[in-house]
Amino acid sequence: MALSKELAAEIEALAGKYPQRRAALIPALHRCQETLGGWISPQTMEDLAALFGLEPVEVFGVASFYPMFHLKPVGEHVVSVCHNISCDLRGAREVLEHVCRITGAPVHGTSPDGRFTVETVECQGACTSAPMLDLDGVYHEDLDLGKVDEILGRLV
Amino acid sequence: MKTFPTYLLESSGASGAHRLAVYRERGGYRALEKVLKTPVPPAQVIAEVKASGLRGRGGAGFPTGLKWSFMPDPQKDPRPRFLAVNADESEPGTCKDRVLMERDPHGLLEGALIAAYAIRAGTAYIYVRGEYRTSYDRLQAAVDEARAASLVGQRILGTDFSCEVHLHKGAGAYICGEETGLMESLEGKRGHPRPKPPFPAGSGLWGNPTTVNNVETIHNVPFIVDRGEAWFRSMGTPASTGNFLCGISGHVEKPGVYELPFGLSAREILEEVAGGVWKGRRLKAWFPGGSSTGLLPASAIDARMDHDSIKAAGSMFGTAAMIVLDDQSCVVRASHVIARFYDHESCGQCSQCREGTQWLSQIFGRIEEGGGLPDDLATLEGLARGMAPGKTICALSDAAAIPTLAVIKHFRSEIEEHIRLKRCPFQIEGSARRAPQAVGAR
Ligand SMILES: Cc1cc2nc3c(=O)[nH]c(=O)nc-3n(C[C@H](O)[C@H](O)[C@H](O)COP(=O)(O)O)c2cc1C
Ligand code: SF4
Ligand code: FES
Repeated sequence: MALSKELAAEIEALAGKYPQRRAALIPALHRCQETLGGWISPQTMEDLAALFGLEPVEVFGVASFYPMFHLKPVGEHVVSVCHNISCDLRGAREVLEHVCRITGAPVHGTSPDGRFTVETVECQGACTSAPMLDLDGVYHEDLDLGKVDEILGRLV
Repeated sequence: MKTFPTYLLESSGASGAHRLAVYRERGGYRALEKVLKTPVPPAQVIAEVKASGLRGRGGAGFPTGLKWSFMPDPQKDPRPRFLAVNADESEPGTCKDRVLMERDPHGLLEGALIAAYAIRAGTAYIYVRGEYRTSYDRLQAAVDEARAASLVGQRILGTDFSCEVHLHKGAGAYICGEETGLMESLEGKRGHPRPKPPFPAGSGLWGNPTTVNNVETIHNVPFIVDRGEAWFRSMGTPASTGNFLCGISGHVEKPGVYELPFGLSAREILEEVAGGVWKGRRLKAWFPGGSSTGLLPASAIDARMDHDSIKAAGSMFGTAAMIVLDDQSCVVRASHVIARFYDHESCGQCSQCREGTQWLSQIFGRIEEGGGLPDDLATLEGLARGMAPGKTICALSDAAAIPTLAVIKHFRSEIEEHIRLKRCPFQIEGSARRAPQAVGAR
């Protein structure tokens, strides 16, 4: 199965920003992940390879280098908790434990009901409002456990 | 508290400050217009920036005008030329570029256009870290507005100068903030830094002359052009001119990103700007400029925050991201968190870095958890010395080695105590607890 016409056209437009098409590969991977279920499937890699004139393994080589790309299916919601220094100093471990407790997901895993994937991430540039988590691409900062309840409580 | 003239965050409170109309009302794009319509020759823009003393805000403090002057003469070298704005901000503790991009995207855009004009680049890419969605959206809206107003694209403001500006989204790898890793990544590859030489000015994006500058660096440029180099030098110290954005995080009462002149003492910043150490506690240690800069003990807090003074104090100015540790925190735990980060982010090309970061992380981890071996201190020191300085393709290896050597230098006895007691001697806020077990690394 190839990429939809719309998505292929969008990627084509991205490629127009660069003197060499390949430069659009990472932005294209983003668009695929955003629109095709939150992860990059082997099929997506094959489709992108065809579009860019690359071998699928080259696309895999790039996708696997970048932590934002999920190469396995994820839950309905992805919760990324920063565990780097500024967040650690202000309670990131407690936040992470709490997130796992509420969602039922292990760190770097998905809850049995498929609702949540929880992961740790490195510094997200929210250090002066630490600790923080990213829920489905939106930052939540200045966290305490009550705020975590509020943010995730809406979803569980 | 003393007050200082500000300019970088001048507009930050204003509503709609990120919109073109509001930006123009406060004099936005005046500098670009002056340069293009006078016209000021590119060499003169470079000379002005050189004279201002502006130094790069991306971590190395390299003089910006000098960097621009490395670009080859376009008369002799007809290759296309590029500007790459480094908005990959991911040095732990650092969140200043995000503030600028979210609040003042046109400021960055105007700076990028003037920089591109000065180095005669026809295309500028802004490499924005993938997680910064708001920054990206604000910048994209700014580029669209600017294009509609003839400020981006062909024949800008009706002059001969044309410049395309494109945003490029990264995907979460710290190493892509290193300038040659950034270029590889922008070309659609793994972010593997390139050996230098050749330097980007000679062979950068797709083998063409390229200048890479940090967001905050570029943000300073319109102000220098508009108000003059003498004005710029009136702030800061002779060797570190202008204001800088100081992000102060960790155990302080008022963490935040503050605009300050170079040369204030770190004590003034900690106590007067950031409200002091939180919870009435005392200072134990602090990083002056992000996790790559060696931590300093409390006794060094009177050092001034400028490149030379922090160097004299035994560390580095870095990204001016001060990270503060109170007297109840554990430097071994902090070292483990940082070492784990470099292990995760090493691109793996150089064995010293690939293996070294892994060992540093493992050893700090086992010391913190009570499994440290008597030889571990010597092992850490030996590893770090084997990783730096300048032994690898890029400076990530140094960035991991430097904080290791610093913690050993200033807190040797605390590490020894961990090893001797077979546990962390600090019992606060979960420091002795193990992190939840990771299931499968990613
Ligand atoms: C491992 C590593 C990571 C870096 N990350 C960044 C970054 O996130 N942002 C940045 O502007 N510079 C970063 N740098 C510095 C860049 O290589 C480069 O010096 C800088 O972007 C140049 O801009 P400037 O001269 O305006 O400071 C990093 C360097 C290294 C070695
Ligand atoms: S020093 Fe580390 S991050 Fe830099 S190129 Fe070598 S292995 Fe990669
Ligand atoms: S350390 Fe968590 S956002 Fe920077």
